[in-house]
Amino acid sequence: MKWGVVVFPGSCDERDAAYALGSVIGDEVAMLWHGDEDLKGVDAVVLPGGFSYGDYLRCGAMARFSPVMRAVTEHARSGGPVFGICNGFQILCEAGLLPGALVRNSELRFLCRSVRVRVESTATAFTASCDNGQLLSIPVKNGEGRFVAGEAELARLEREGRVVFRYADGAPNGSLNDIAGVCNDAGNVVGLMPHPEHAVDPLLGSADAAVLFRSAHAWLAGGDARKRA
Amino acid sequence: MTLIARVFVTPKTAILDPQGKAVAASLHSMGYDEVADARLGKLIELRLEGKDAASVSERVDEMCRRLLANEIIEDYRFEVAPGAERGSEGPRS
Repeated sequence: MKWGVVVFPGSCDERDAAYALGSVIGDEVAMLWHGDEDLKGVDAVVLPGGFSYGDYLRCGAMARFSPVMRAVTEHARSGGPVFGICNGFQILCEAGLLPGALVRNSELRFLCRSVRVRVESTATAFTASCDNGQLLSIPVKNGEGRFVAGEAELARLEREGRVVFRYADGAPNGSLNDIAGVCNDAGNVVGLMPHPEHAVDPLLGSADAAVLFRSAHAWLAGGDARKRA
Repeated sequence: MTLIARVFVTPKTAILDPQGKAVAASLHSMGYDEVADARLGKLIELRLEGKDAASVSERVDEMCRRLLANEIIEDYRFEVAPGAERGSEGPRS
């Protein structure tokens, strides 16, 4: 399968994402530029971490209006897998493809360390190959990773099982309900604040998160892909 | 005519504002005990052309909803006033 990794001005984790997908998972990877009008025929999209457009105004606020996001939105709406990591998660929220928003960490610190994340739902493209409750050691590195949503929206996410990842040892950033990642109602669009692309090889300190990328690969090859067709 | 729209964006009261809390704590430590709370937002000044304030308000409101504010986490309000003519100093008074 072919992955597309979107590069915005200010992205900084796109090479790590491409390494994870290409060298570790062994899939084909195309880099997509923010000004591209189409997705070059990719099967799944990763919006990587970084500081798109300098994080000006709000994290992800400008990136959502870049030309490539029209194509990403279309891909997402037709059931294609989209994974937003850190800044990519922020962009998906700003674009309305995921619920909620990510705001300044409650302690006002930039956090950079490994955390344990618990898989709370396996009904998504990126967790279908996980065990429910599986613990993954993944690094966080962000200043604005506190997930918030309105009271009704939060209750709906919990009720519908759309909290995909939770910080297993309590949120380091004040995220509501210890939420580290959520998905859209179809489960093909997933956002995660910690960085799975930095946890795909024992040399990096953890290889726990490779399963997330493998999940999407298997998900596309399996029944869900046929459902899309 | 040239108009200046001043857009004020503030965090919703239901959302914890740690920056505001830090500012309030600093003011307290400086002895300004009368400060009950501080909330940090942003001011966005737009210079635009239009007939009058009423005629541009609808589009400024749209700009707020689509880009300038995220209504999940922020409230906004704006005011439109006549601005200095083009070529002069601009919005700073």
